[in-house]
Amino acid sequence: MLQALLYQGDGYAALVYVRFPRVVLAAVVGALLAVSGTAMQGVFRNPLADPGLIGVTAGAGFGAALWIVLIGSGALEIWGTPAAAFVCGMAVVAAVWKAAETEGQSHIMTLLLAGIALNSVAGAGIGLMTFLADDEQLRSLTFWLLGGFGGATWTAALVALPAAAVGLFMLLRLAPQLNAFALGESDAYHLGVHVESLKRRAMVGAALSVGAAVSIAGGIGFVGLVVPHLLRLLGGADHRYVLPGSALGGASLLVLADLASRTVVLPAELPVGVVTSLFGGPFFLWLLIRYKRTLIAGTPYDNS
Amino acid sequence: MITLDNIGYRVGKNWLARGVNLNINPGAFWALVGPNGAGKTTLLRLMSGELAPTEGEAQLGGKPVHAYPPKELARLRAYLQQKRDISFPFTSLEIALFGRAPHLNGAKETAADIETANDALRQVEAEPFAQRLYTTLSGGEASRVDIARVLAQTPELFLLDEPANHLDLRHQTLILSLCKKLAMQGKTIVAAIHDLNLAAMFADMLVVMKEGRVVDVGPPEYALTEASLTEVYDIPFEVLQHPNGYPWVMPRVSLTAAMPRPSCSGADCVGCWIGI
Repeated sequence: MLQALLYQGDGYAALVYVRFPRVVLAAVVGALLAVSGTAMQGVFRNPLADPGLIGVTAGAGFGAALWIVLIGSGALEIWGTPAAAFVCGMAVVAAVWKAAETEGQSHIMTLLLAGIALNSVAGAGIGLMTFLADDEQLRSLTFWLLGGFGGATWTAALVALPAAAVGLFMLLRLAPQLNAFALGESDAYHLGVHVESLKRRAMVGAALSVGAAVSIAGGIGFVGLVVPHLLRLLGGADHRYVLPGSALGGASLLVLADLASRTVVLPAELPVGVVTSLFGGPFFLWLLIRYKRTLIAGTPYDNS
Repeated sequence: MITLDNIGYRVGKNWLARGVNLNINPGAFWALVGPNGAGKTTLLRLMSGELAPTEGEAQLGGKPVHAYPPKELARLRAYLQQKRDISFPFTSLEIALFGRAPHLNGAKETAADIETANDALRQVEAEPFAQRLYTTLSGGEASRVDIARVLAQTPELFLLDEPANHLDLRHQTLILSLCKKLAMQGKTIVAAIHDLNLAAMFADMLVVMKEGRVVDVGPPEYALTEASLTEVYDIPFEVLQHPNGYPWVMPRVSLTAAMPRPSCSGADCVGCWIGI
């Protein structure tokens, strides 16, 4: 590697233009998904919440499908799919929020149900596009939906990085309020949290983050749901630790998953979404089995 | 400390509280009593600012409760909820430390904050399980941790919705004595309490409520009379004197079968059985 850096030959090009963007983008996407997952679990006060809950993943998938099937290839191809995905993802979140809001107040349960409804509508939209697609479109749509960094280049990332930065910044600042929110909306209010503003910032932050992540790398499951749990198992539920920890954990997990995806079945490449679930699922199960006794006994993690 | 001026709160067509006037001075322990659905919780939530009154106003320290920014308000008053539900693995100490949230300048608690939280846990005898996960505590233990959180918030006004709920007799007494002590130190306590005898033993003033309205306000010996209790609870009451001088009340029922009332449909009606 050092040699490649020094001589600036083919190796250098491969490293800087092919490998580097992949690793950086995998880290960014992992951080975005995991932090959004933590924030959504905090706002829904439910450890089963996932960043896809507010409809952004399905919406982005529908946007990508629309672009791939109806507009297709052209001069704008590398920009078009991520941009369409991002815009549609935002539109679906906005619709979910609109549906759940009455007189400036949003009800978490309504938000959840509106998310489920619009997720299924967007899912049906993706289904419809799949039905309309020809063989080649179907292939690129399927690969896009499975998620991966095969097409990751600096150019494609430029569409999403500003949104990612804003979203991540918004979410990382929510830790103290999310802690109070874990007690419930009413207790959070009594502890001085501006509840509606917290919910709004969490939604916008997660929408921007997940929208950016999905438009860079397609639909990658599991990271957003599991990384926060992993951190809570290892070090407790304080969001001041779980939120930044998720950023690092998600980034590491996805870089490793991407490494596995392009080396395990050389010279072919597995979709990274398949890898995260294939390896992440059993790993998480192992953690659960390892720590369940601690959790049930109620002794904390550090002095067990 | 807190003043309610003809306050009312309506949901749809139902008034959960209406026409309530109270003026609660600092350094007093007030208890709200009355049957289920009398409006005790509604009144507490109106005082805390969580509910916006449909009519009238609540004033805290001479200023409308709603004029305070949430964080400033949280330094002045704390609220204990009846219901709780936490799904994340926080320890008891972490929960108690949340009470310090409105006082934090940065993101992290100082040693003094941790000492305040530990002290609060000690006061409710929750120190032995300070390091345990809140989700694994028994109902009464969890209640005490909640109370510790409210104490750690070090407010001027404590709004407590059934602080003695889930607690054993030792800890019921402990918690209500603590309320009394806080009041003697100049804090203001307003608590909804179901147990009339506990309320009579510890509170300075009782507010008797029924169907969203205040029926009686006064010291225990004035507010708890056979006539008013019978009317409010719709069950005959006996008022005795506790050896220590407090009124001592209990419902008067007989378990010998009374005649079924003409209005009653079923022969198995429990109300008929005990004659109420």
